[in-house]
Amino acid sequence: MIKAHYIGLAGLLSLTLSTGVCADESYARLSIHTHVLASSCAACHGTNGNSVGGTPVLAGLNAEHFINQMQAFKSGERPSTVMHRHAKGLTQEEITELAEHFSRQLRHTAELPSPADSDKP
Amino acid sequence: MTATRLNRREFIKWTAAASALASIGGCAQALIQSSGNQPRVVVIGGGYAGSAVAKYLRIWSNAGIETVVIEPNPYFISCPLSNLVLGGSKQIEDLSFSYDALKRNHGISWVKDTVIAVDASSKKIRTARGELRYDKLVLAPGIDFIYDDLPMLQSEEAQQQVPHAWKAGPQTVNLHQQLVAIPEGGVFAISIPKAPYRCPPGPYERVCQAAFYLKQHNPTAKIIVLDANPDIVSKKGLFLKVWSEMYAGMVDYRPNSSIVDLDVAQKQVTTEFERVSADVLNVIPPQRAGKIAQTLGVVNVDQRWCEVDFRTYESSVLPGVHIVGDSVSAGLPKSAHMATSQARVCASAIVASFSGIDPDPLPVFANTCYSFVSDTMAMHVAHVYRYDTVKKIMLPADGGGVSDAPSAQEGSYAYDWARNIWSDVLT
Repeated sequence: MIKAHYIGLAGLLSLTLSTGVCADESYARLSIHTHVLASSCAACHGTNGNSVGGTPVLAGLNAEHFINQMQAFKSGERPSTVMHRHAKGLTQEEITELAEHFSRQLRHTAELPSPADSDKP
Repeated sequence: MTATRLNRREFIKWTAAASALASIGGCAQALIQSSGNQPRVVVIGGGYAGSAVAKYLRIWSNAGIETVVIEPNPYFISCPLSNLVLGGSKQIEDLSFSYDALKRNHGISWVKDTVIAVDASSKKIRTARGELRYDKLVLAPGIDFIYDDLPMLQSEEAQQQVPHAWKAGPQTVNLHQQLVAIPEGGVFAISIPKAPYRCPPGPYERVCQAAFYLKQHNPTAKIIVLDANPDIVSKKGLFLKVWSEMYAGMVDYRPNSSIVDLDVAQKQVTTEFERVSADVLNVIPPQRAGKIAQTLGVVNVDQRWCEVDFRTYESSVLPGVHIVGDSVSAGLPKSAHMATSQARVCASAIVASFSGIDPDPLPVFANTCYSFVSDTMAMHVAHVYRYDTVKKIMLPADGGGVSDAPSAQEGSYAYDWARNIWSDVLT
């Protein structure tokens, strides 16, 4: 039943591949990779790069600027406390993909969770 | 709503279906049409890992997966920063958050209840109030304490006197109150279990926070650190420097000091070498995967932790059951950032599985962990971790490491980290 539910999307993938309309399967995998990797940045930079403040908003950031900054962190040209550790751990291809990913994200004002209402049951 | 539309587009993109959808609009309906008949993922546990799994399942499936979280606590309390409650610069209320935005923004079904039993063969969960069916199950139960060698600490009354405060909440407040009440020149003793445990630098950060408070209010008081480990587990050089410079003469560190006996009423512990009496005794017991993981039989590493496939976080012993967060046997620091990083890999793999495509074959994620050494100064350990296809584990990439020294600038970044991870996990 579940298979049937999602067969549309799976079928779509093979259709896409056979017609060559879209990227191939390896692109799909790479994109999942980038998506998951990019989401790991959220701890400091917010969901999809929409920071609540203190750290740069990455959503909608110019891709070239992103790449230049990451390279500067990597080389030490731009001093940092922690970003050089992350930049050095990524491949050039990952940095390029992350730049593209974040440049496509829409900017919006990130939310903070409300304080707990401890009186509420 | 903008975010939802964006997320839909992004989800479609990474299933490589975007162009086809644009040209064959009808196919986009397939996912939406079946919403009445969606697969259901149940997440047990609403901490950092469980909340992140639930949120990203909804985002990346374009709300195509019905997601249910079962969590007994009415609200979220952050363990990260909770040592600042001990040190007196934060209140527990500052770290306590509503789940409302998470539920509302992503349409997550929330069951405030405790799981009694899971039948993995029929894929059914029994809670105190009823039964629930699932297609896939995610366990994010956090840690459970092992009292085999500390039976005297098992009762609630005993923990009133000798709190662990290793799950942020009332015990954290209790420990702070006890710290405040230490007589002049008294002793605060802390017992650290053998690694692995939740938050490797946490106990040493706690020592700093106790010292921070005592230095201001009770400067002749002493802190005795009874560490079951042969050495400081994390950020060793930095902590030693802080103890010798900022809190000179206050911290007495004793390695290889496992507790062999404990007198709760007297607040006295016995190690293999000595007997130590304290005014405040903070015993952090050894830990293992949360109870529900034990019940389900997925705790297969040293009878403590859960072995998983690091590309999916599916249990190596029970297909269809995924485990994320501190319960996982990963050889990686059990931190909040790590828990959310694991959660996102898991969520993406579940979405991929329901979509009929393969998960990311080479997950890469980051971990940044700050420790506060005072109310304003902090220091980090940070690494990128990559999946190693030969060893089939996550290994640290080049370039990771720790701060040169604690600083107020990093203290400010640590607060930014906290506010952003709260925003990511809880809204």
